[in-house]
Amino acid sequence: MSAIVSISNLTKTYASGLQALKSVNLEIMKGEIFALLGPNGAGKTTLISIICGIVTPTSGTVIADGHNIQGDYKAARMKIGLVPQELHTDAFETVIHTVTFSRGLFGRAPNPAHIEKVLRDLSLWEKRNDTIRTLSGGMKRRVMIAKALSHEPTILFLDEPTAGVDVELRRDMWAMVHTLRQSGVTIILTTHYIEEAEEMADRIGVISKGELIVVEEKTALMKKLGKKELTLTLQDALTEVPAALAEWKLELKADGHELHYTFDANADSGTVPALLKRLGELGIGFKDLNTSQSSLEEIFVSLVHGGKAGGAGK
Amino acid sequence: MSNLSFNSHGVLAIYRFEMARFMRTIWQSLVAPVITTSLYFIVFGSAIGSRMSEVGGVPYGAFIVPGLIMMALFQESLFNGSFGIYFPKFTGTIYELLSAPISSFEAVLAYVGAAATKSVVLGLVILATASLFVPLHIAHPFLMTGYLVLIAVTFSLFGFILGVWANSFEQLNVVPMLIMTPLTFLGGAFYSIEMLPPAWRVVTLFNPVVYIIDCFRWSFFDMADVNVALSFGLTVGFFVACLIAVSIIFKTGWHLKN
Ligand SMILES: Nc1ncnc2c1ncn2[C@@H]1O[C@H](COP(=O)(O)OP(=O)(O)OP(=O)(O)O)[C@@H](O)[C@H]1O
Ligand SMILES: [Mg+2]
Repeated sequence: MSAIVSISNLTKTYASGLQALKSVNLEIMKGEIFALLGPNGAGKTTLISIICGIVTPTSGTVIADGHNIQGDYKAARMKIGLVPQELHTDAFETVIHTVTFSRGLFGRAPNPAHIEKVLRDLSLWEKRNDTIRTLSGGMKRRVMIAKALSHEPTILFLDEPTAGVDVELRRDMWAMVHTLRQSGVTIILTTHYIEEAEEMADRIGVISKGELIVVEEKTALMKKLGKKELTLTLQDALTEVPAALAEWKLELKADGHELHYTFDANADSGTVPALLKRLGELGIGFKDLNTSQSSLEEIFVSLVHGGKAGGAGK
Repeated sequence: MSNLSFNSHGVLAIYRFEMARFMRTIWQSLVAPVITTSLYFIVFGSAIGSRMSEVGGVPYGAFIVPGLIMMALFQESLFNGSFGIYFPKFTGTIYELLSAPISSFEAVLAYVGAAATKSVVLGLVILATASLFVPLHIAHPFLMTGYLVLIAVTFSLFGFILGVWANSFEQLNVVPMLIMTPLTFLGGAFYSIEMLPPAWRVVTLFNPVVYIIDCFRWSFFDMADVNVALSFGLTVGFFVACLIAVSIIFKTGWHLKN
């Protein structure tokens, strides 16, 4: 796969003096779903806004679908669709009017059939003649997505598409994103819902204080940084962890009924059998055992706080 | 599409969008100025006009028509020109314009074109209204129309700059209310500057609006207080100054981009 967006040495210092991006380098592959994660103020929106032409970069270059976003901005922008983080709509316009307007603004000849398809896909067709101010928040967000898709972009930016959206609509959006990707659209989204990135993304970038600290395949990231936790439910409660088990750094929980062991799924492969063997030698019986893998959220928190891949699963 | 090719669909989309808003509110847009103009005719034309009958051979009722049209044109152009760009800034929908494959020239063309179209329509409606009250003979109809369009475009452009500059509705109103209104009232809409004492006449000549109204009145009655070529030159100069200001605004992203 080839890169459809190439970002090199991109920096942004706002007029206030705040450095929102510190030399970002990133390649987005054609046809992938890329999730950008990071805490509030990390620079996600700034990065997207620069690529879309809303914010001027301080230095660096961005190539979108072969076009420099500054030198060849018209060609680049025709390929890009943006659903911004904030809900900004023309309250007094009708749905169909505002979506048709967007298509024209982006330099495309009228195509009522395409507009109808977009509105139907987003369940907006019945509401096409309603004024936007009469729609619910979730519907307004759909209108913004319809506007972004009106000119048939090949690169779509979704800046927190599911913030403040109910579970059902979130599922709908995930389905829509997958459908779009099948039609060849590259999607870059930001989110604070880790499950969303876990559900949708092929690759994940983590940004913190204006720096991209990790870019990885989602599965590789989870494998690489994933912590596993083994929980043993004991037959008889213990009052303390026996000294003979010290090397595993176990934790005693549930009033002495559970032993918890946190380990690295890759590095510590032999330690679990050894632990079980030692327990048998000590005559400590258990009724049940269970292992769980840390979620992306936990990985993400551990990355942002100090960058060390440690931290127990919980 | 290379950067050289013209985004005609984009220009048309903005123009239509702006005109659609005008059509939705056409009642307020046209009726209010027509009523205002009619009131001016009743108050100035009839009440005062009955006492001063003629100015330089022109019946007073007719004499005030060009000034009244210009007053309405200033207000409408400034309002339409500024509102068209201020409103998206205010609601946040400007993100779409900034991310669209449209050049600054194309955007200005569309916004200012729509604003000026509305003003010209309004100017012509007022002219039609006025002709119901007073018999009008226009000496230079083509020059009159051309000048009407030039003023509509220039003040729409000026309004556009104000709309970009303004950060609040109060600021949006500062120039129209605090600068344009007094300048227009003191700009010879209702009197000839020949009627003023000599000292005041000199002071008046520092008011740019005097030249605009005088130039427009010349196209109606073929008579002017100041040199028509000078007035016309000043108008074009102001137009060019606005053009330069707009191109600087877009080059620097001033008040539009971070
Ligand atoms: N227009 C601006 N002027 C000055 N500073 C800004 C501006 N916009 C954003 N910033 C600052 O830049 C930093 C990055 O902001 P940005 O909006 O890109 O973060 P984000 O990752 O999108 O955060 P969130 O998750 O809250 O949306 C923040 O510290 C923010 O305060
Ligand atoms: Mg953001």
